[in-house]
Amino acid sequence: MSIQVPTMAEMTAKGEHPDILFWVGCSGSFDDRAKKITKALVKILNKCKVSFAVLGSEESCSGDPAKRAGNEFTYQMQAMMNIEVLNGYEVKKIVTACPHCFNTLKNEYPELGGDYEVVHHTQLIQDLINTGKLTLESSGTFKGKKITFHDPCYLGRANDVYEAPRQLIAKLDAELVEMKRCKSKGLCCGAGGAQMFKEAEKGNKEINIERTEDATETKAAVIATGCPFCNTMMTDGIKNAEKEAEIKVLDIAELIANAAEL
Amino acid sequence: MNISVILFAIIAIIGTSFFSYNIWKIKYNINLGLPTERSGQRGKRLKTMLLVAFGQKKMFSRPIPALLHLCLYVAFVITQIELFEIITDGLLHEHRFFRNGLGGFYTFTISFIEILSVLAFFATIIFLARRNLLKLPRLNMKEMIGWPTKDANLILIFELVLLICIFTMNGTDEVLFQRGASHADMGTNGSFGFSVSSFLGPLLFDGLSTESLHFAERMGWWGHLLMVLGFLNYLPYSKHFHILLAFPNTYYSNLEAKGKFTNMESVTKEVKLMMDPTADPYAAPDPDAPPPSRFGAKDVSDLSWKNLMDAYTCTECGRCTSSCPANITGKLLSPRKIMMDTRDRLVEVGESKRKNGKDFEDGKALLGDYISEEELWACTSCNACVDECPVNIDPLSIIIDLRRFLVMEESKIPNELTGMLTNIENNGAPWQFSQNDRLNWANEE
Repeated sequence: MSIQVPTMAEMTAKGEHPDILFWVGCSGSFDDRAKKITKALVKILNKCKVSFAVLGSEESCSGDPAKRAGNEFTYQMQAMMNIEVLNGYEVKKIVTACPHCFNTLKNEYPELGGDYEVVHHTQLIQDLINTGKLTLESSGTFKGKKITFHDPCYLGRANDVYEAPRQLIAKLDAELVEMKRCKSKGLCCGAGGAQMFKEAEKGNKEINIERTEDATETKAAVIATGCPFCNTMMTDGIKNAEKEAEIKVLDIAELIANAAEL
Repeated sequence: MNISVILFAIIAIIGTSFFSYNIWKIKYNINLGLPTERSGQRGKRLKTMLLVAFGQKKMFSRPIPALLHLCLYVAFVITQIELFEIITDGLLHEHRFFRNGLGGFYTFTISFIEILSVLAFFATIIFLARRNLLKLPRLNMKEMIGWPTKDANLILIFELVLLICIFTMNGTDEVLFQRGASHADMGTNGSFGFSVSSFLGPLLFDGLSTESLHFAERMGWWGHLLMVLGFLNYLPYSKHFHILLAFPNTYYSNLEAKGKFTNMESVTKEVKLMMDPTADPYAAPDPDAPPPSRFGAKDVSDLSWKNLMDAYTCTECGRCTSSCPANITGKLLSPRKIMMDTRDRLVEVGESKRKNGKDFEDGKALLGDYISEEELWACTSCNACVDECPVNIDPLSIIIDLRRFLVMEESKIPNELTGMLTNIENNGAPWQFSQNDRLNWANEE
């Protein structure tokens, strides 16, 4: 099935206005692994006939990594350019599969003149299921399997979203197994605060290895997450433990797309 | 007027005056911080304070220390009733002033205090054992070596002495009462009927002469009083100051989403000017404009007053550090050390400013002399430390403000991050991909 990805520019040219903007983010646009998550989400949006559009080449980095790295100038330049584009298209609602973009757009753009209703993709998918727009005919290939959820810091602690991803896992008829450190006590994957873009400081262990051990202790077949950075870090951790054959690292959007046979 | 009343009054006045002077100093120090908006939403603030400080809500994610701490906390709060009587007795030269008027309720209250005091006694012993025998990792980390460990043990020992004083006072008085020699009811034989001391007293003190009992009873009374005043005056120098500041500190908690970092308005102004095509780059600066502020924080006076209040509230329990992913994996960063450094530096700055005038600079700074770049760059901004703190301290905002200074004022930043920032500025992504290729994924298989 080919995917339909309208841009804001195309829709505006046709005199249309989508209900929701899909903010793809840099990972979702460029990272090979994250692109699969982007497509899984688009498949879900297409299937549910959600009226959405992307900015395409008009999108630019939200500025999150610059702000966390301490460069407020670069952050605010990015934010103000993005806000100009978003306000130009009269965007009201935004969905994104990246908790870092989610947090910045939701909490930090308002003070610079960008006021939008921002939801994480797990919240939107939950809403689509709850309103009957998306039905899972089967429970996909995950029925009865153990799935653990790694809370992205910028979704969980930073914004108190813990339930949406877990309720979606429950829809898969899978067994949700929690790690010993979960929800508000969840351990970071190691990528936040601009660490994604630098080597870790000197220590005796990599954070993603520590976190992957939490996950493998649960004996889960799938580590689910909702953040492209977490996905990278956990995937690397699993590779390091040489467990790629037994354990998959998947985004919630991919799990749902699989169960909806998309 | 009785000599003991005069002595009592003098000691009490000196004790409370010195305490007030130290409180004034701490207030002065906290006011060295920059303004931050923490007013409004009073209902929500009050609720946070009642739940987190008064109700100890966040302690209970670790039930064992929470229960032990609760014993001490409740005993401490309730014992203030007995302290009130001690002060009243001291000033009026009375003995158990409230006993006659309150009767059975008095017996109940003191009995209740005694039971809590026994619990507090055992909790204190367990706390000492956890620190010194079991050597709990989070209580024995690098930053705890020396004074912080002494401070912690000293407080626990203070508490033991205080409790011993209470039981000496009540226990000996019980034996005296049985002999008809208690000042509470001279000439009458009886028992106070307090839950613990009516058993413990005869068990421990029955062998003493009446004269020795009177002496021991007074020792307990004066000991209690002196310990309380000593403790009060020790607090401003100690991590134990949290028993007072926990309340205002939770009241002024950050009520925004934890992921939201502050917006730097000084930067907003400059960025707007840069992006405004009509702006005159040669325009003379507004003469009424305040002097340009420093970007980020180099020293404690660049932090907000709430950051500084946080530092004085920290009781060095180390829950933050034990949940910090960087610290867990052996990096140099410890959020607790960030708070301890901030307080140590603030005390130093405050002292030198009071001595040498408000504009005095001692050539040292929080950044560099206390906190290193390596610590700052180890942070993943995951908010675990913030979430963990039982009194809502926010080490992350200090870390980020120090990073801001490093990056924006000194251009000290790890090389890879320079590359990341250049990419964002040039092509709108942290990696080297063209912005025009952002939608390529839609057409790839």
